[in-house]
Amino acid sequence: MSATEQIIHPAATVHPIDNLLRADRFPHILCPGCGIGTVIHGYAHAIAASGLSEDSHVCVSGIGCSGRAAGYVNVDSYHSTHGRALPFAIGIAVHKPELKVTVISGDGDLTAIGGNHLIHAARRNVNLTVICINNFTYGMTGGQVGPTTPIGAKGSTAPRGAVERPFNLPYLAKATGATFVARWTVLHVREFQDAVLRSMNKNGFCFIEVLAPCPTSFGRANNIGDGLHEVEIYRQRCRIENGAQNLEELDIDLIDDSKSITVGNFVDIDRTPFIE
Amino acid sequence: MAVSVINKNTQPESEPRVRSGSHFMLGDHACAEGALAAGLDFFGGYPITPSTEIAEHIAARLPLLGGRFVQMEDELASMAAIIGASAAGARSFTATSGPGFSLMMENIGLAAMMELPVVIADVMRASPSTGLPTMVGQSDILQARWGSHGDYGIIAYCPSSPQECFDLTIRAFNAADKYRVPVFVLMDEVVGHMAERVVIPAAEDIPHTPRKGPRKKPGEEIFLSYAPDDDMVPPIAHAGEGYKVHMTGLTHDERGYPALNAPTHDKLVRRLVDKVRLNAAEIVMYDEVATEDADTIVISFGCTARSARHAVAEARREGLKCGFLRLITVWPFPESRIRELIDKGNVKRFIVPEVNLGQLRREVERLTSLPVLRLNHAGGEMPAPKAILELIRS
Repeated sequence: MSATEQIIHPAATVHPIDNLLRADRFPHILCPGCGIGTVIHGYAHAIAASGLSEDSHVCVSGIGCSGRAAGYVNVDSYHSTHGRALPFAIGIAVHKPELKVTVISGDGDLTAIGGNHLIHAARRNVNLTVICINNFTYGMTGGQVGPTTPIGAKGSTAPRGAVERPFNLPYLAKATGATFVARWTVLHVREFQDAVLRSMNKNGFCFIEVLAPCPTSFGRANNIGDGLHEVEIYRQRCRIENGAQNLEELDIDLIDDSKSITVGNFVDIDRTPFIE
Repeated sequence: MAVSVINKNTQPESEPRVRSGSHFMLGDHACAEGALAAGLDFFGGYPITPSTEIAEHIAARLPLLGGRFVQMEDELASMAAIIGASAAGARSFTATSGPGFSLMMENIGLAAMMELPVVIADVMRASPSTGLPTMVGQSDILQARWGSHGDYGIIAYCPSSPQECFDLTIRAFNAADKYRVPVFVLMDEVVGHMAERVVIPAAEDIPHTPRKGPRKKPGEEIFLSYAPDDDMVPPIAHAGEGYKVHMTGLTHDERGYPALNAPTHDKLVRRLVDKVRLNAAEIVMYDEVATEDADTIVISFGCTARSARHAVAEARREGLKCGFLRLITVWPFPESRIRELIDKGNVKRFIVPEVNLGQLRREVERLTSLPVLRLNHAGGEMPAPKAILELIRS
């Protein structure tokens, strides 16, 4: 018996979010140092704090490592096709407006293959919370570059560095009509949880970008040693600016040490929701 | 909780869900009325000729009945949205034509894999690609069966008249809920844009097959979303009902959890296919005329069946021993009945007219070594009775 097995006694352990996780599916697929677990943890805490019954929460994911999030939360949960989490979630949210539907998926899923659905869901102002886990790469397929990869960062499909300008997601979300827009990182656990909870209490389209390390597929190719190293980058370079007005200037340059990364709750407005 | 958005209290008396009575009605509108009469809750769609009248008609009527109409950004989204709505318990529906049908294929596979009931009307136009948007085709027959990657079961009804557009759309919703499969109403442009008499029965006479729900209350035991009954179809629990379901397009076990191994995959996919294949006797529908002594049998469907029926009647008047088999379900293909007709020994040949280059003929050829004569047009016009009659005479 290993030391770990001697210490942990799941049956005797009670944690406030134990009932919100599908512990029967552990061990999970995520790599050491991955930030997705922290996001799931924050979502579960927000559900617990929402004051709503667990049965009124629904989680929908697309495809990829982040797309596996729906498989680990113990609410009605749907792991849909690549890019289609949002229209799938719209079907649920529009048919049963009394449900609190959250989409958790990755940057590639939501903004590349699902980019068209993202802008239209925001435009319609369907009552959804979108948690976009941005690890700057396609992790599950092995580190290809995508629409969020910073210029110069390397990926297996850009071995000499990405050359395309990446999306600035908060700017995109605001421009397309989101009523709540935030960017946090997995270092900002409390702030992220609070942003999810605030989104759950709104009737409208809410978009939260959360930066998360992918040491296996992104870090390794970009001299970011492990998950902790990337979180240290967040700690050194993140600047909190709630209510920031200059969203068009909030591009992320993870590679250039001299540039800060602006995080915060940027937008919180009310706009006519899809279903009043 | 989990109250359906259909709230009869909000339904204006002037807007009946079922427009009982006799109407002169477009095929596309009859299809839309069939969906409404079947209890449609959610429509997600994207405009495309020649199906747009279905969406327009539902947009005008469904919101007044407490349902939801959402015009999506494309057919990828339309298909995903109706599956999501189905996961939440909605009777959900979309309508499209070839180019949109192609985009829907991705999530048709998801509906098959998650076993979430959905109905899709495909009003076929001349294809491939953009083809002839306003003109008839029947060339999505094989795509309907095999269009999404992998093996799975589906059901496809082929109406030949506006009346059947109404009747078969209702049947499609019931079959989707009964077998938890995607069900297609494979119309064609001629039938969709044809106006004829449509008789809509009283609301209480509209057949309704409800979905099988869980037999225990939430929390009494872990609900297995994919534990099938003897009919191979598992009971379904919807979002918001408290069963904490998990559904995925990945290969999954009976709990719905990903189980990425070959034995689970083989067992699951065989069941997805078998629940249609082994229930085919219950699902298959056809219409048969004068086949008892026939040496020539014309097999047809959709608009082409109208010409075929006329040609066969004419041939009989001329004393030719000709019969007619009209497919109402193209999928599952009525192969048992065709084998029976062959085994009787009278039949010397089949004739398959269709507005494609031989998609249905291929299915018939699969069953017999008898000659299967073709009468094809790639699309844009339907075969006239005269052309079929000439082939019967030959």
